[in-house]
Amino acid sequence: MALPPPDPQFVLRGTSAEVHTLHFYCGGQEPDYPILFSGSSNGLIHVWNLKTRRVDTILDGHGGKSVYWVEAINGRDRLLSQGSNQQICLWDLAEGRNTVTDSVFTENVGFCKSSLLKVAQGHWLMAMPGKDLDEVQVLELPSKTSVCTLKPEADAKPGMPMCLKLWQPDFGSCPFLLAGYEDGSVILWNLSGGKILSRLGCHQEPVMSLDFDSEKKKGVSGSSEEVLTVWSLDEQQNLKVQKTHKLVNAGIADVAIRQDKKILATAGWDHRIRIFGWKKLKPLAILNYHTATVHCVSFSDHSRPSERLLAAGSKDHRISIWSIYNQTSGALHCSLETRKPD
Amino acid sequence: MDPEPFEVGHVVREAINILSSSRNGVQISEALGTIKCYLGGTENQAPLKEREEFTRVHFSAFLRGLVSNLSPDWIELLTSDQQKELWDSFFLEGPADQVFLVLLDSIISMGPSFCLMKVISILEQFLQTGGMSALMWEVCHQQAQAGLPTFQETLLNKVVCLPDHLCNKLQGNNLPIFFPQNYFPLLATEIIQVLQRISDSLRDGLDCSISFVSQVLGKVCMHGRREEILKVLVPRLMDLTKVDCIWQRICWRLVECVPDRWIEAVVCGFVQKAPGADVLSRLLGNLVVKNKKAQFVVTQKLLLQQYSYATAVLQNLLGYLALDSLRRYLLIKVLKELLETWGSSSAVKHSPVEQQLYVSKAILICLSHLKEPEIESNGQELLTSMMGGMKCHLDSNLPRVRRLGMIVAESISSRITTDGPCLKFQVRLHRNDSPSATPTAVSKPSGNPHPAAPAVPEEGSDLELDSDDDLIPYDMSEDKELKKMKVPVYIRDCIEVLTGSEDMDKWEATMKVLESLIRRNSATTREVSMELAKVLLHLEEKTYIEGFVELRKRALVAVTITDAVVQYLTSQFYSLNYSLCQRMDILDVLALAAQELSQPQASGKNKPRSTQSPCIQTVPGSDSSQNWRRIVDERIKSKTRRLAKGQSLVEPACGPNKFSSLAGHFFFPLIQNFDRPLVTFDLLGDDHLVLGRLAHTLAILMYFAIHTVAAAAMGKSLLEFVWALRFHTDSYVRQGLLSAVSSILLSVPSERLLEDMTDEFLETQSWLADVAEKDPDGDCRRLAWQNLLLMENLLKKLRSVPS
Repeated sequence: MALPPPDPQFVLRGTSAEVHTLHFYCGGQEPDYPILFSGSSNGLIHVWNLKTRRVDTILDGHGGKSVYWVEAINGRDRLLSQGSNQQICLWDLAEGRNTVTDSVFTENVGFCKSSLLKVAQGHWLMAMPGKDLDEVQVLELPSKTSVCTLKPEADAKPGMPMCLKLWQPDFGSCPFLLAGYEDGSVILWNLSGGKILSRLGCHQEPVMSLDFDSEKKKGVSGSSEEVLTVWSLDEQQNLKVQKTHKLVNAGIADVAIRQDKKILATAGWDHRIRIFGWKKLKPLAILNYHTATVHCVSFSDHSRPSERLLAAGSKDHRISIWSIYNQTSGALHCSLETRKPD
Repeated sequence: MDPEPFEVGHVVREAINILSSSRNGVQISEALGTIKCYLGGTENQAPLKEREEFTRVHFSAFLRGLVSNLSPDWIELLTSDQQKELWDSFFLEGPADQVFLVLLDSIISMGPSFCLMKVISILEQFLQTGGMSALMWEVCHQQAQAGLPTFQETLLNKVVCLPDHLCNKLQGNNLPIFFPQNYFPLLATEIIQVLQRISDSLRDGLDCSISFVSQVLGKVCMHGRREEILKVLVPRLMDLTKVDCIWQRICWRLVECVPDRWIEAVVCGFVQKAPGADVLSRLLGNLVVKNKKAQFVVTQKLLLQQYSYATAVLQNLLGYLALDSLRRYLLIKVLKELLETWGSSSAVKHSPVEQQLYVSKAILICLSHLKEPEIESNGQELLTSMMGGMKCHLDSNLPRVRRLGMIVAESISSRITTDGPCLKFQVRLHRNDSPSATPTAVSKPSGNPHPAAPAVPEEGSDLELDSDDDLIPYDMSEDKELKKMKVPVYIRDCIEVLTGSEDMDKWEATMKVLESLIRRNSATTREVSMELAKVLLHLEEKTYIEGFVELRKRALVAVTITDAVVQYLTSQFYSLNYSLCQRMDILDVLALAAQELSQPQASGKNKPRSTQSPCIQTVPGSDSSQNWRRIVDERIKSKTRRLAKGQSLVEPACGPNKFSSLAGHFFFPLIQNFDRPLVTFDLLGDDHLVLGRLAHTLAILMYFAIHTVAAAAMGKSLLEFVWALRFHTDSYVRQGLLSAVSSILLSVPSERLLEDMTDEFLETQSWLADVAEKDPDGDCRRLAWQNLLLMENLLKKLRSVPS
């Protein structure tokens, strides 16, 4: 008899709206406490103190329009948030301030989440949906200068980009962009040439979310159908389907690979969070708590593996926090810490 | 006339005279020494003829003389060495049978005195020095030359009853060696010694009679000491007979020679004590073939009349029958008789379940011993009796009996059908009910509990080896397809779905939500209650839903509570065109509703259906012993409440008893028509299962009607109901009736009970006494006892509060 799946460690309530996006910031040293940012459909960004499990600050900068992407930039003091009012805002949260210091107008009406990649100290690349429907624009931050615009050729017709993931094989090398499109394909872009390196039609339905493990050159994508696909990138920069997993219920809103590349979490439209082993896509757990579609999952970046949490935000206005598969033995603990990316 | 006998007698008389008159130690010791010569064993012994003469004729008399002269000052005339040499030795070296008789006779006749103590210590020494084996040997020896029957009879009595005599005489001062638990094992070792001597003498070619030993054994067993004696005897015999065929013969002879009137006790003892069938076969030989009485005991009494023995005993017994070709015909005979009993509907109805279990075990063991040709030649017969037996077992109302029937039938069928399909029931074996002779391995809980479940196990430094296999998955059985069905929000919608909809998902969702809807919207429910009740009562499980029966029942209960559709339900119980299942559902719903109504309402929303076990009732096929336990529990609970009235007063939840005004509506329509058979429904005939349920339900209703106005009237008519059915053959019905009596005793005010229903009360009491004593069903007997106790308490209470 397998053990029954665990219950959430705790649940954050009080957003009073659907939770669309979550982002942890736990890297700070004492006395900084771990933080969880959540963006919800009423345009508010909640900053949760994970120590007291209470809301620290509420940021209102998207005019009541849904917030669907938040990410901390440069520690905990700067925050990027993207909302469906077509603005990407840069927040200054240092010393108790909460003001929008800068913003970018995306000219895009979709709900494709942007992607951020740190390329050098104080320099970031941000991929965001562009002005044309099928276009992705990459900006350099903080200067907001456009690096390139990635537009598929006219006959490719992949539809709108649905999800983006910027990555680079090694720090300092040329970055790539993985984008999932409306027609179910995943496209690998080379930023320097603005060219498609590989295109993989891995879903019948729009790709809702993808995540990529740059060490193993292997990624995962979920769509509105009941299939989870794992694909890999070979030496010739070709994407290939490696494995698919059929789910019981259709629809995956979000996928996330944990930083230690051990497990993968998916947010299901069937109210359930699924945990898989990342190496072989072995199903490990079904976390059943939410009473409505789960919109997003996110792993915390706690420096100690045993503290690592999984958060899931749902349409039922709740954020559930789980502690799962994070008990490691001593030896492993150390080696994992040394291997920790970034 | 021979001068010599005269001479011996003269000498003895003279010696006795000296002993009784002289106060001179030297003279006495001389006299004793003279007599001692006749015993032999010393240097100057008397001639053989005189010795024989002495032992045969004068020894007992002389011993008596010795004992009668015994007194403290007399014995002091002799030195202690002389005492030992001259006095004691007569007892310890003389012919044991006579010594033993004289000793016991003197003990019996003497009052407490110094003399008695001396005799007893001699007897103790006698026992310790192997006197008993000498005694038995002597008798066996004599028997070969035709001894005296009366003398033997006396001796036998004394040998077997020695502990009783001494216990009577000595009371609290008894010596441990005379305790039965010590004496009989001693006797057993002595018996072995005698047998040893007999075997030696047989080897020397001398004849020997064993019958006295057999008699001792038989009488001891008959006196209820077989445990003590066989505990020692059987293991020794088992060892001795292992290799030696003479010993085997002796052992067989030993058992065969036991007189018929005692053979039962001996055989039973051997069967119980032998550690295995082969040992038993070695010890008993073909006794069952030779001795009619033993055969009767083995094939009838132990198997069909008694049922208290352990399974191991059955295995011994039947294994013993199977081991020898001469006895095998008995095995088949036994099997047929067992099957006859098993298949007799009267036996199924009237014999206790424990006995049926015993018989079933015996059948299974027999089956396992049968060989292919035997099965083939008896196959048809087995099949016929199996079919008959199965039918009457499946007819029974007791799930345990049904299950037993199914298990036995399955085993028979799998034995007799070598090819082709055999009978298969979907029986869930209950461990303690399984009659299987060799209990099959209990299925171990599969899988191992994870030591530290969600942990990533240690895997050394080589991280490249890490794999998902280290992560132990959680239980994922809950991962089912998500139903995206819109759940109905209004009761009217529910009715529509339940009556018309072909959409199974919707239907299922409706079932699941119905109860809470009804409870939430009592106003709407009242408007449609009748329709809803009708729909629910006729509802069939269109598609499989987990816990459908329960859901439907709860919904019905909810309707019944919200609005009085009781009349409808009670009237439907006796109307045409319902299945038994529906009728029983009605009963269950009424009982549950009564329970909920009678609970104080203040205790809130999450109430009884969860606290009280939801199986007040059983769906056909489910377990009625559950039901059972519930009723007993209920009674216990009610009793505790009565005893601890102080507590129940403190109970915060209180409110008007809603059941009070409705109790009559629940009760009377149900009790009215039970004796009017319909075309499809005959409570007093075949449908005794429903009758049993009706009786239980009435008992429950009565119980919940405590403190209501109608209670007295209900009690009276329920007593009449009980009276009319008291001799029902089905034990489940009788159990229901007995529960009803308990409820009456608990719920009807005692003054009403004793004043208005005195006759009924007394009649019931005498019936209960009868049941408590004679009913074949253990549960019935227990219930009857409880009822009698309740009655006793009532009467006592009434007497202690004189009006």
